[in-house]
Amino acid sequence: MKNNIVEKIWQQHVVHRQAGFPDVLRIDFALLHEVTSAQAFAMIERKNLSVQNPEHFLATIDHSIPTRKNRHEIYDKTAKNQIELLRKNCQNHGIPLCDLDSSHQGIVHVVGPELGITQPGMTLVCGDSHTATHGAFGSLAFGIGTSTLAHVFAAGAILMKQPKVMRVHFNGQLPANTYAKDMIMYLIAQIGIGGATGHVIEYTGEAVTALSMEQRMTLCNMSIECGAIAGLVAPDETTFAYIKDRPYAPKGQQWETAKSYWQSLSSDAGCRYDQTIELDITDLQPQVSWGTNPEQSIAINQVIPFSNKTKESLDYVKLKSAQSIAGLTIDWAFVGSCTNGRIEDLRVVADILAGHKIAKQVTMYIVPGSEQVMHQAQKEGLDTIFTEAGAEFRMPGCSMCLGMNDDKVPPGSRCISSTNRNFIGRQGTGSITHLASPATVAFSALAGFITSSYAEQQPQKEAS
Amino acid sequence: MNTAIKQIKGLCAPMMIDDIDTDIIIPAQYLTQTSKDGYGQYAFSRLKQADADFVLNQQKYQTAKILIAGDNFGCGSSREHAVWAIQELGFQAIIAPSFADIFSNNARKNGLVLIDQPLEICELLAAAAQQNDLIISIDLVNAVFKTDQQTFPFVINPFFQHCITEGQDELDYLCSHLSEIKAHHQNAKGQTIFLAGAGVAQ
Repeated sequence: MKNNIVEKIWQQHVVHRQAGFPDVLRIDFALLHEVTSAQAFAMIERKNLSVQNPEHFLATIDHSIPTRKNRHEIYDKTAKNQIELLRKNCQNHGIPLCDLDSSHQGIVHVVGPELGITQPGMTLVCGDSHTATHGAFGSLAFGIGTSTLAHVFAAGAILMKQPKVMRVHFNGQLPANTYAKDMIMYLIAQIGIGGATGHVIEYTGEAVTALSMEQRMTLCNMSIECGAIAGLVAPDETTFAYIKDRPYAPKGQQWETAKSYWQSLSSDAGCRYDQTIELDITDLQPQVSWGTNPEQSIAINQVIPFSNKTKESLDYVKLKSAQSIAGLTIDWAFVGSCTNGRIEDLRVVADILAGHKIAKQVTMYIVPGSEQVMHQAQKEGLDTIFTEAGAEFRMPGCSMCLGMNDDKVPPGSRCISSTNRNFIGRQGTGSITHLASPATVAFSALAGFITSSYAEQQPQKEAS
Repeated sequence: MNTAIKQIKGLCAPMMIDDIDTDIIIPAQYLTQTSKDGYGQYAFSRLKQADADFVLNQQKYQTAKILIAGDNFGCGSSREHAVWAIQELGFQAIIAPSFADIFSNNARKNGLVLIDQPLEICELLAAAAQQNDLIISIDLVNAVFKTDQQTFPFVINPFFQHCITEGQDELDYLCSHLSEIKAHHQNAKGQTIFLAGAGVAQ
């Protein structure tokens, strides 16, 4: 029997199967954060249930914390209360917490891989839709709601129907100045935000194999933006090299046992997929979103398409069809988030910003994905490059990706952002978001308008 | 045990917008609460503020129990708050061409009934709900819903049907397999699961 990687992982984790019922699926690890966990703890406490295997959980604080230096002072009372409740819940149930003073605090999807928690073949869940990030390691990782988190707490398993599997094969190699972010945005634009609903995506192709772990995480991270349950990449030497010697990684003889198991997970040649999509990226251009969902994206040298279904989106972002995306004046630039807040992303941005100044009217926030990323950036002197260019290098957290803390794009302002969603008001009420790679964000911040190179062209005149 | 629900009957509200995302249903700024209630007042607030004629601003739909919605409803984040907010508005069921996966899972766990119907039928129902008071009666046991003129069959997940019509709590069902699950975890250790430093790294 030839199996794809998802089927292999699934079979390893099915505890109980009954016709007409969802499978009882073993969950190997759950990550949690302050926003979606409180009610789950309350649910199990109400039933007098305890957390199974608390050592297979890890909590961090990321969504609602400030990113200013004195972040211990949280002015928002309800946010402060939510964080204190997470501390209390973790203490009561024996779950380790990467608190603000931990050297491992950070965005949940940056911290897990950094600690070596995320490993091939495991099932990993989190009350966050960007959990697919961990699929970069060949794990089956997906977002769950709060009730399902309560199930994982109490049972170490969930109820779930086996998902369909979609293969997304990228043909060709990634051209210069394009990144995994451009690959995934291109895919989403092609198949739409509901294009992979009900499916787990396996990403394949030479261009995928050539990606670093950081880039694979970006690729998998946005799987949810085309509706996929999860996205993953088969583990290989790049994966193993990243995991080796991290705190949770197996050591000694266990490492060898683990590695040979992980190597067996790749999809068998000739296995079946429910759907296959092939995309040629030989001529891929940097991608930029123009509308109010991630499917509304184009290459930077294209114009906004005409459609009678996008009037509301265009009104909201104050743009018109047939208008170019390049040259559009921006007020804000943001680098960070679980999509693009890792050290490699910061290096790309530093390379571009070094020796230049960002445009006068632009406010640029660079928010590292974790304490580890922040310290590494400081060690490499990237922080100095950022500050000298006129950007603010802030403390780790989700920050301006979803506007749950003080970091908000003001109403009516236009922001180019390395994040994952350009939904209405996502970065703050009335904010306008253009998603792009960190490189495009950096070039645009320098120019003061959307561009993917050191600008020679002029900004567009204000739309009349 | 939960309350068993076999039938839902109520007024329909039409919201034929595609890709209603969870940020629209409940913006992130309201997610710092730690309870399951209190979100209804903020539900769809951006659409409510932007348009005085938005369906949920209209007096006639204030008692609606069934929402007729567009394609890919509930896309975006995993926040269960979206389901809690919709239920707090009084909705017990949503009829739409399709739903996002995490939203569907969350709805099921809270007894919010989601019914997939082809776009043409949703448009027909929405138009009817706009013109007159459209009352729909949903029969969860037989998986059909009725207007005063027509009967429509729908596909219901058999496990969800069992849970909602019998008042079976999903977590109770899951916990009935606890010893099997524990043994499964035990067997996986060192064989397929290799978390060396579990519990130590902070």
